[in-house]
Amino acid sequence: MGQMLALIIGIILIIAILWWFFGKHTEQAGDASVNGHVQEATVVVKGGYSPSTVVLKKGMPGKVNFDMKDSTACLSHVVFSKLGVDEDLTKQPVTTVNIPTDKSGEYDFACGMDMFHGKVIVK
Amino acid sequence: MKHLTSIQRFWISFVLVIPMLIQMLAMPFHWMMPGYTWIAFITTTLIMLVAAWPYWTSAWAAFKHHNANMNTLVAIGTSIAYFYSLFAMITGRPVYFESAAFISVFVLLGDTMEERMHNNASNALKKLLDLQVKSAEVLRDGKFVQVPLDQVQVGDIIQVKPGQKVPVDGVITSGKTTLDESMITGESMPVTKKVGDDVVGSTINGDGAIQFRATKVGKDTMLSQIVEMVKKAQTSHAPIQNLTDKISGFFVPTVLIIAIATFVIWYSFLGATLVQAMLFAVAVIVIACPCALGLATPTALMVGTGRAAKMGVLIKDGQALEEINDVKTVVFDKTGTITVGKPTVTDIIGDQDQVLRVAASLEASSEHPLAKAVMNAAKEKMVEPQTVADFTAVEGKGVQAVIDGQQAFVGNDKLLTDYQISAGMKQQMATLQDEAKTVVLVGLAKQVIGLIAIQDAPKPSSAQAIADLKARGLKTVMLTGDNERVANAIAKEVGIDQVIANVLPNEKAEHVKALEQDGKVAFVGDGINDAPALTTANVGIAMGSGTDIAIESGSIVLVQNDLRGVVKAIDISKKTFSRIKLNLFWALIYNVIGVPIAAGVFVGFGLQLSPEFAALAMAFSSVSVVTSSLLLNRAKIGGTEPVAGSDSQPA
Repeated sequence: MGQMLALIIGIILIIAILWWFFGKHTEQAGDASVNGHVQEATVVVKGGYSPSTVVLKKGMPGKVNFDMKDSTACLSHVVFSKLGVDEDLTKQPVTTVNIPTDKSGEYDFACGMDMFHGKVIVK
Repeated sequence: MKHLTSIQRFWISFVLVIPMLIQMLAMPFHWMMPGYTWIAFITTTLIMLVAAWPYWTSAWAAFKHHNANMNTLVAIGTSIAYFYSLFAMITGRPVYFESAAFISVFVLLGDTMEERMHNNASNALKKLLDLQVKSAEVLRDGKFVQVPLDQVQVGDIIQVKPGQKVPVDGVITSGKTTLDESMITGESMPVTKKVGDDVVGSTINGDGAIQFRATKVGKDTMLSQIVEMVKKAQTSHAPIQNLTDKISGFFVPTVLIIAIATFVIWYSFLGATLVQAMLFAVAVIVIACPCALGLATPTALMVGTGRAAKMGVLIKDGQALEEINDVKTVVFDKTGTITVGKPTVTDIIGDQDQVLRVAASLEASSEHPLAKAVMNAAKEKMVEPQTVADFTAVEGKGVQAVIDGQQAFVGNDKLLTDYQISAGMKQQMATLQDEAKTVVLVGLAKQVIGLIAIQDAPKPSSAQAIADLKARGLKTVMLTGDNERVANAIAKEVGIDQVIANVLPNEKAEHVKALEQDGKVAFVGDGINDAPALTTANVGIAMGSGTDIAIESGSIVLVQNDLRGVVKAIDISKKTFSRIKLNLFWALIYNVIGVPIAAGVFVGFGLQLSPEFAALAMAFSSVSVVTSSLLLNRAKIGGTEPVAGSDSQPA
């Protein structure tokens, strides 16, 4: 009886995992707030990046602030491979990365181990 | 508690875990610690709060984003062990607090060690930046005063005393000295510098005092540009990482599914007890290590590109590093790449003065490197150029103009269709060309009156570099605009396999493309006209002494003007790339073998892992990947010694 129950619960759990992690889930992109001549967007770092996609306007100096709320090693660095940026987020609560906005394009960022991904879109 | 660093968390947990460690060691002697269950409960609860809580919160936040990662595995493993033990304690069953505690401690230990070594790996960059001095002695109002580095401006006159560091890039205006440029070029021999020579910031002055005019400051200095380039290279992606990117997306959910399957199979089908089945499932969750996979490429890339930079080889990104591994052919530009790039006149055939005068008069306004050689020879022999009229350049042939009412020309043998030459001179021309000398014809009134032989000697190191490349099984090709005889003579001197001569500047890229039919091609060049070929080739290698546009176009830059850098670039790329492959293989095989062992597949052979040993294995798998990358610092490259001690200092 208990064995049967374990089997059924196990199958339900597996289906739930498949649906939760591989099903289609949409996430909203974050917009930057404009402050004078500078646009800023904040990404909260906690078990991932939220929002994981940030949109900046072309032509105005852009900053992305990484607000570190996670204390595990996984997310301790943020790497923008196109920009040559590799910042240690644990040194201060909020780390600012300047994004060049003279051209439209996408800048992917990831954690130091390339397990978490996000991107900044300039348009 | 939020502000504890992972090393502090580790030490607190380590102290708390000691009673359980003692109990574990005493187990074989049938000794039970009095009140063990309560001690284990209290210490483990504290450990959960200090060590495991950050993983739980991070995993939960990730879960809400439909993400799963190593933290998810750690959180699930520890929480199952802890909460089951809590339930067991209340209901009077045997407890497994130590599993939860040991998993947390080992994972933290792994994280801490890995973080520390990661910092070590990125040290190369910090060391480069540390080379910069903080201030300079600048001439202000007739006196030399100490000025902070960021206030030094282009055009300032700066004084450098013996033993001091050169603060910025510039040109020497007075004094003579030797400079140790090893930090920039990797070459350990000091270089003699006199007035008019370039100096590079952060190099060390020898025994002479010099003054120089700053030409590049701040972000524009060579060192800043190198740092910028290395930074980009270290964070860049190698194409091989696409594999891990794909795996990382489904790794953790897959492990969770395997763990559930393990539990169900043991409990429902193989008749194991609930607790046994649970321990197998927890071991599966804890042993799986996506981190090792994720760390395999970036850490090796970081160490490899950093090491290369120290040797004067700047690899711009992971793609170049990966591509150069499959290169079959190395194509060289001749002038300035294989040769010194400073042609000099060696022979003049005919009436010396007259030939030189006509040639100098026509070449006076030309920027062509051969023209410069002619002008230098004229200056040396005190021959004054005359004024000319109706100057025209004949595309690909030479130049012509009118001197004293007579039509004069200077150019190559393509002009022979229009002019007469004596048989004797024709013979001499062939002889000179076989000696690797470029021959310029000088003519007056439809008749060739003389020849000027110009030689651009190969660099002393070129032959060695090409021999080293051939020893590595690579085909070497030389592309040049020079004629076949000269090109062949140079090729023979340095040992080049194949020569493609008479190439027009705009055809270089096409020839590179044609060579790519037989396999990947690396192109080595330095001039503006090399830029298209540098971009077209699978790997473009630019000489650091070359033009800015060449450096911009190349994916690898050799700081030193020496072809042995090509050998070093290939060696370090091969070593780094094979280390990446080794790391990835190890990380994959670790998971492929570790997960089944943890799941109890080999129980029949007596091979079984408890959750705490699974956690230990997990912690060390990622540490071992980083260690393997750091070992790249000790690899032998192109005859240079490994960097001693650079990786052994704590971060």
